[in-house]
Amino acid sequence: MLQNKIQEVFNEPGCAKNQTKSDKERKKGCAKQLQPGAAAGGCAFDGAKIALQPITDVAHLVHGPIACEGNSWDNRGAKSSGSRLYRTGFTTDINELDVVYGGEKHLFKSIKEIIDKYDPPAVFVYQTCVPAMIGDDIEAVCKAASAKFAKPVIPINAPGFVGAKNLGNKLAGEALLDYVIGTEEPESTTPYDINIIGEYNLSGELWQVKPLLEHLGIRILACISGDAKYHEIAQSHRARAAMMVCSKAMINIARKMEERYQIPFFEGSFYGISDTSESLREISRLLVERGAPAELLERTEALIQREEARAWERLAAYKPRLRGKRVLLITGGVKSWSVVAALQEVGMEVVGTSVKKSTAEDKERIKEIMGQDAHMIDDMTPREMYKMLSEAQADIMLSGGRSQFVALKAKVPWLDINQERHHAYAGYEGMVDLVREIDKALYNPIWSQLRKAAPWDAREAAQWLP
Amino acid sequence: MATVTVSHKACTVNPLKMSQPIGGALAFLGLAQCMPMLHGSQGCTAFGLVLFVRHFRESIPLQTTAMNEVATVLGGLDNIGNAILNIQKRANPRIIGICSTGVTETKGDDVDGYLKSFQAAHPELDDLAVVYVSTPDFQDAFQDGWSKAVRNMVDALVEPTAARVAGQVNFLLGSHLTVADIEELREMAAAFGLHATFLPDLSGSLDGHIPDDFSPNTLGGAGLDEIRTMGEAELTIAIGEQMRPAAEALARKTGQPYILLERLTGLEPNDQLLDCLAQLSDAPVPEKYRRQRSQLMDAMLDGHFYFGGKRIAIGAEPDLLWTLATWLTEMGAVVATAVTTTQSPLLEQMACQEVVIGDLEDLEARATDCDLLITHSHGRQAAEHLGIPFLRMGLPIFDRLGATHRLTVGYRGTRDLLFEVGNLLMANTHEHHPESWPLPGGDHARSQIAVG
Ligand code: SF4
Repeated sequence: MLQNKIQEVFNEPGCAKNQTKSDKERKKGCAKQLQPGAAAGGCAFDGAKIALQPITDVAHLVHGPIACEGNSWDNRGAKSSGSRLYRTGFTTDINELDVVYGGEKHLFKSIKEIIDKYDPPAVFVYQTCVPAMIGDDIEAVCKAASAKFAKPVIPINAPGFVGAKNLGNKLAGEALLDYVIGTEEPESTTPYDINIIGEYNLSGELWQVKPLLEHLGIRILACISGDAKYHEIAQSHRARAAMMVCSKAMINIARKMEERYQIPFFEGSFYGISDTSESLREISRLLVERGAPAELLERTEALIQREEARAWERLAAYKPRLRGKRVLLITGGVKSWSVVAALQEVGMEVVGTSVKKSTAEDKERIKEIMGQDAHMIDDMTPREMYKMLSEAQADIMLSGGRSQFVALKAKVPWLDINQERHHAYAGYEGMVDLVREIDKALYNPIWSQLRKAAPWDAREAAQWLP
Repeated sequence: MATVTVSHKACTVNPLKMSQPIGGALAFLGLAQCMPMLHGSQGCTAFGLVLFVRHFRESIPLQTTAMNEVATVLGGLDNIGNAILNIQKRANPRIIGICSTGVTETKGDDVDGYLKSFQAAHPELDDLAVVYVSTPDFQDAFQDGWSKAVRNMVDALVEPTAARVAGQVNFLLGSHLTVADIEELREMAAAFGLHATFLPDLSGSLDGHIPDDFSPNTLGGAGLDEIRTMGEAELTIAIGEQMRPAAEALARKTGQPYILLERLTGLEPNDQLLDCLAQLSDAPVPEKYRRQRSQLMDAMLDGHFYFGGKRIAIGAEPDLLWTLATWLTEMGAVVATAVTTTQSPLLEQMACQEVVIGDLEDLEARATDCDLLITHSHGRQAAEHLGIPFLRMGLPIFDRLGATHRLTVGYRGTRDLLFEVGNLLMANTHEHHPESWPLPGGDHARSQIAVG
């Protein structure tokens, strides 16, 4: 069953990378064979949790030993405007007896306890490696629990060892398609209803964009899954159009919703000024195509003009300070090209960007933006990164938390642009914030102090005494 | 004396506990030029890594045998060998410390046997020390993983000897001690002219210094050669009950005597430690510590007003719980609620009525009438719900700076902690108001008039 799902996901026709592969290659999947002793990165379960935990009013129950939830809970930055249940860590914390006799009863009881105590609109049950190995059938348990408690109990079958985070994102999407989307009807619909797919509302980024949409009278029927409520996702099949953000992480949702419910979608980004404008235009265009009054287009243009001008005005102050500063950008696929464009908007020079997780399409885009000799780094070891930075080949590094200390220990400014970051960088507001943060990092007075040797190590000792 | 209760819930809510393998991995992070590795799927390592990065704010060397689904079914022993070769090629450490996980223990590979034949087949790796420890995720907790890893380090690395070097002393350190704690102990030993070895020693690797060059392995810690000669010490001082297995392993191997100090926060335990060091070195207790002792006593005098009768809720691993609960009780506070992660002989002796092996939901439910909540950063939601002051202790502490540089041992560390806790309690003293002292049964005066 799970194997079929995985094959299906690997066969994703919406994925450009896949279409260039032979049948045999495709069967192998996107997951590179991991090298023991030289691997890094999260598991499929991690990916599934990242994709779904932003649904705020659901109880997210992890079936497994303490490692999977105990070592990781409450560490993701998705924000909520309402329920905080999603930040509660639920796990079966299975023990040896469960491993010997099976953990299905334990799981069932856990679901009951959660419903008794917290009464959420739904429980999501995440499979992990050990129960998968001993053959716990979480689909069966969830089915029985749903029937018994008259409440959706949704199996998320993405045990860690089947692959990397990206596969987990997609399997999570499959679970929503199979069990959630289309199971409820909205009270009312409007010609201005959209879904946003693949946006997790990290640090509240959705809220940097939502006011723009609201200003245009556009309603987010469901964001999958940032700041979402269970019922919104269950009703999301009534949207008129959809935007898919974050590259291919949830393409299967976007594509299948188009197939099943005729919801057209486009792939866009809210990172960068022009990308944001482009995305707003596309949303309006699709809605008009689906029957919304054409005047929406004019209103959209007017808003774009006003907001772009407002953003540029605020950015202008930074341009002279940032022009020509060199950035090393290390991040997962998507954000590469959207952030590159944004940085160039303020005159910064991107001296290198990682393309490790990028698709061929992403790479093309980067080339388009950075020129043919774009310095694309496939897989940079921390040692190489450290060397590049300590030789001052870049003025600042933007990356995820993992490589943070490579930059900092080389005494080079660093900015977090991944999951755990504390700043929101979406929309026009976000770009102004990002540039402000870069400016703050670059011009912090600590750098000149840190780069100076201690006087006793300096070639000529300072003369302190008269 | 406390009753020990195991929470009977099926569902753990807001875990206090973390898994055993990453406890083991952290112990290996206290060895120099070491690469710790989890034998399991890559995700387990990724979670451990992120957790430590957030706590220590440092790069964390931690590898994985990257078991995929097929390998878990067919057995992953070859993954271990391949991983060792790969690590050797890329990072060239002196020690590789391997902890198993739930994924690999479910099938139950014979890793020890495999490693023996692997090492025999690879004489070129003779200089590389490999230490393996079995730490299934579905048993025990973080502290146990640490404890077992240190015991296995002793078993695998310390050379048997009957020789003794005067002035040589070992410290075996529990997982609850911070970098600052280790530095304090090092300074103490040096003040007596003793030469001390610390195992594990996070103060070399995770003290947050800026190295001159890049290293993929640990940046410092207990060196292999140093560990090998630990048998030559005159005495081993183990700190925390969790270090007993390692101390006993060392005693078995070398015939060396050991003493175990259950904690080093408080007046008396530090008197014991200093007296012990004085006897061992045959030197008087330095003036500096006499002065610090006096300062601590004065702090106790100034501070005890704010501790007396205060109800404290603590969620921590057994040795940290013991340290805090005993010391707070000595300051006049009442440990109203104690929740911990795993079994320990200390639990029954705890100075409270009940110790629950449970989660943060258990802690929150039992802390409603408390004046202070003490646990790791994950307790922040509970403290918010309860509306009481919150002291972050233990691991992980990811929403505050300097977790590793917090000193809690010695007279000085006790004094600092006393001020920190005392200030939290002082800031939260309740102001009185006109209704603070009502008579029983409502308005007494008016009811008398009504009768008349
Ligand atoms: S790899 Fe498996 S066992 Fe490890 S954290 Fe992921 S789901 Fe849990």
